[in-house]
Amino acid sequence: MTISWLIDWVNNSWLGFLGVPGAFILAIIVSGLAIFGLVAVHAIVAVYVERKVSAFMQDRIGPMGQGPGLHAGKWGVLQTVADALKLLVKEDIIPAAADRKLFIMAPFILFLGAFIGFIALPFSETLSLANFNVGLFYILAVSSFGIVGLILAGWASNNKWSLYGAMRSAAQIISYEIPAAISLIAVVMLVGSLNMQDITRAQTGIVLGFLPNWFIFQNPFTFLAFFIYFIAGVAETNRTPFDIPEAESELVAGFHTEYSGMRWAFFFLSEYANMFIVCAIATVVFLGGWQSPFGEFLAGPYWGLLWFMGKIIFLVLVMMWFRWTFPRLRVDQLMSVSWKFLLPISFFNLFGVGIWELLSG
Amino acid sequence: MAEITFWLLALFTIASAVIVVTSRQLIYSAVALLFSFIGVAGLYIYLWADFIGVVQIMIYIGGITILILFGIMLTNKITSVRISHTSVQRRIAAGGLTVLLGLLITMIIKTPWYLVAASEPTQTVESIGKMLLIDYLLPFEVVSILLLGALIGAATLARRGR
Repeated sequence: MTISWLIDWVNNSWLGFLGVPGAFILAIIVSGLAIFGLVAVHAIVAVYVERKVSAFMQDRIGPMGQGPGLHAGKWGVLQTVADALKLLVKEDIIPAAADRKLFIMAPFILFLGAFIGFIALPFSETLSLANFNVGLFYILAVSSFGIVGLILAGWASNNKWSLYGAMRSAAQIISYEIPAAISLIAVVMLVGSLNMQDITRAQTGIVLGFLPNWFIFQNPFTFLAFFIYFIAGVAETNRTPFDIPEAESELVAGFHTEYSGMRWAFFFLSEYANMFIVCAIATVVFLGGWQSPFGEFLAGPYWGLLWFMGKIIFLVLVMMWFRWTFPRLRVDQLMSVSWKFLLPISFFNLFGVGIWELLSG
Repeated sequence: MAEITFWLLALFTIASAVIVVTSRQLIYSAVALLFSFIGVAGLYIYLWADFIGVVQIMIYIGGITILILFGIMLTNKITSVRISHTSVQRRIAAGGLTVLLGLLITMIIKTPWYLVAASEPTQTVESIGKMLLIDYLLPFEVVSILLLGALIGAATLARRGR
């Protein structure tokens, strides 16, 4: 089910009077709204889960509803819904000294970078919005688009904390993109394709008798590559332990210090959308995407969607676990982790995958 | 449909490029340049060169625009007056541009354009890889040595003050 299928479907239904351009625009709007829904629901659920996970990890109870009525619901499940509503009606402040146009534009550019990556994700065997040849490369490229939004937000706020946060963030994301990309190339080398569906299909079957034939289990080097990618991925989403761009104790809130209301909510949405994208890439490339962990058992297009989302949610939970376990790194430590450890290991890894493939294949 | 897409992309690219040139503030030029690059990437993808399109996004938006923005951010003190840029030596530039435009138009008219079949190619990446690593291996390696030299040079320049 791709976007061209949607266009055909619209053309052949009672909406056929719209013609091809009309159907095209309608299909884009429908799929865009669907993705936006996914992003928003994921953010709302993930924020609630994050609060609960952090609370349990710190021996607290987290948000709880207090009695009957509309007060955040039972176990506080409506807490994030209430927060989202609050953000919608909050006063929108634009500092007088800020660069107005760029200040308004920045959150949307950042969100766009996270948002347009979703169209290349293979949600199941048959369901992906656009199944194109360079899918993986495309997602990596558009995620670098978000950095521009981040820099603009920091600059346009006209606040030194924002500027420092943006500089740190951009330096961090650019540094960690390299080990992340090289560990992904290790797998691309084995598959011989950048297409997300091809990468997933290359992971069918069983390895070593009982393990699913996912790239994380296929050979020791791809096993290592998964961990490099995931660490670099956490760093790319600016989350603890890599959250020096918004280190509260030093920079107030980093690049989004001056933002409030809906614009601030867009920063929040893009952080959670980025988490989803990073986990989705890890899932597709290393954890078999929509493949069932039991070979042919429970496989199929609908189960595939479930497995895909389930693996992503698991990885998102691991990210939350990281956040509430590890302390924040210092700026110099952060850079040395990327350049002195992850990068050499990922180069070694790429070499190792090549030799392994040459000897075993 | 295809025609409309092309004209929209071309309009988007050129309109952004005009803002790059006419804007008085350097940072607005940089942001408009970003949109111009996106338009060019769109044109590549429109021509079924999706790999080149994505490379365009990766290099020009993820690399060059960010470098330009870094440059502006680091040179423009937060409290000082915004950097603006004005045009100088317009006559010489106009002369040069006329010559360049003439050359480009001559080239567009005289080139025997190679027309591809009007269907989507199934493989867009493989042939590029084969070309780079088999047919044009030597130029490819020479370019990588050049880039390595540039990298070492940049590091040396940055270390000089220490």
